[in-house]
Amino acid sequence: MSSMKITLNIWRQTSPSDAGKMVKYELDKVSEHMSFLEMLDVLNEQLIGKGEVPVSFDHDCREGICGSCGFVINGVPHGPRRGTTVCQLHMREFKNGDELFLEPWRASAFPVIKDLVVNRNAFDRIIQAGGFVSIPTGSAPDGNAIPVPKKDSDRAMSAATCIGCGACVAACPNASASLFTSAKVSHLGLLPQGQPERYDRAVKMVNQAKEEGFGGCTNIGLCEAVCPKSISLENIARMNRDFTLGAWTYREATTEGGGA
Amino acid sequence: MSATASGLARVSRFYEAPIGKKVVMAVTGLIMVGFVLGHMTGNLQIYLPVGEDGVYPIDKYGALLHASEELLWGARLFLLASIGLHIWSAIQLASAANSARPVRYVKQNNLNSSYASRTMYWSGPIVGLFIVYHLLHFTTGTVHPDFKHLSVHDNVVKGFSVWYASAFYIVAMILLCLHLYHGVWSMFQSLGLNHPRYTPRLQFGAKAFAFLIAAGNISIPVAVLTGLVK
Repeated sequence: MSSMKITLNIWRQTSPSDAGKMVKYELDKVSEHMSFLEMLDVLNEQLIGKGEVPVSFDHDCREGICGSCGFVINGVPHGPRRGTTVCQLHMREFKNGDELFLEPWRASAFPVIKDLVVNRNAFDRIIQAGGFVSIPTGSAPDGNAIPVPKKDSDRAMSAATCIGCGACVAACPNASASLFTSAKVSHLGLLPQGQPERYDRAVKMVNQAKEEGFGGCTNIGLCEAVCPKSISLENIARMNRDFTLGAWTYREATTEGGGA
Repeated sequence: MSATASGLARVSRFYEAPIGKKVVMAVTGLIMVGFVLGHMTGNLQIYLPVGEDGVYPIDKYGALLHASEELLWGARLFLLASIGLHIWSAIQLASAANSARPVRYVKQNNLNSSYASRTMYWSGPIVGLFIVYHLLHFTTGTVHPDFKHLSVHDNVVKGFSVWYASAFYIVAMILLCLHLYHGVWSMFQSLGLNHPRYTPRLQFGAKAFAFLIAAGNISIPVAVLTGLVK
């Protein structure tokens, strides 16, 4: 088992109002089998032992499926391994003597809470604006009562793998939330259950993303490159289409004619 | 209550969103791409030899374009409006992007993204300044050493004989190439056209188009400076 020496430059910020700065830490005897977060756990144990404040970072499942974790390693959200969250990144991706720079997601819509932890409530508000389907409650509908073409369901499920981690925003030079928003717009809009609200949903979610202060998309593609779920840019085109149609065909609710 | 929002409210609702601005950029971009292609193919007539009547074909072409002042000005105003909307949307998007990331990263990594895509906000304004210079050079003749209205061939040869003018044209065309390299594909994505079968071909086509436009346009000052066209 090889043991590595890693130099870490970590963004330390005590509170949202604190200016924050990069602080350098040296870590010896890092095992290549450790996950990146386990390596930080070791660092934190040492900091606690010295009476210092440990580094705060978000994490929960550590299985790459919850979307809690994530920070920027040497300019790349979730680090160098493609299609992987930082909790599933292992130290074997690095080599002895590497110097790493750890920074939180940078976006005005994602204010830093502490160290590497950012507030991602903006994503929740985008979902609240339209990331749902309205279905009557009551008895469960029969299975297979609604036919769904396999190709559509495959694409919807691919979009639905988005875990809302925010890496797309972090990577985007415009700090745009287009990949996240489009994944949600597509995963519902591709399925029959999502049709009634399809165009309204695109308009409302896109407008909410703008209200939150995310930038616009200039089709650079860094979001797709860093996405731990490899969500495709094709979803953004789909959102652009649904938004454009939705904005131009919009009509106010009417009580004239029809209705009970 | 009206069942439909007024036209103006509809336009403003659409344009307020970043996607609306991107659609405006894509449509105006497409108009300018069409112009750039027509402009280059028209200009390549500089290589045609002088006719039996002693008039250069490109001079006849210039006279043809000026045949109707109404149509000419119609086309000019249409293109100016496109450029204006393109620039205005770009300024608003750039300012939104700027305020969306107030704190920069200490370390930056651009992964597989293209240089062209990340420098659109640089290549665009420089090409814009070039257009102003180009109009003062060959349309009004203000900064041309010896300009004669509608004697296109002579104007081109005399204009490009000034080496630094030619150098600026060549630099501007390289930047236009960069702008088109990303922009010509990007406009399809902004309009919502993306398909696993067609998008890679579109991206290749955009690159090929950008190089062809730049090569065709750069060839003219080079031909004048090397004495191929005189």
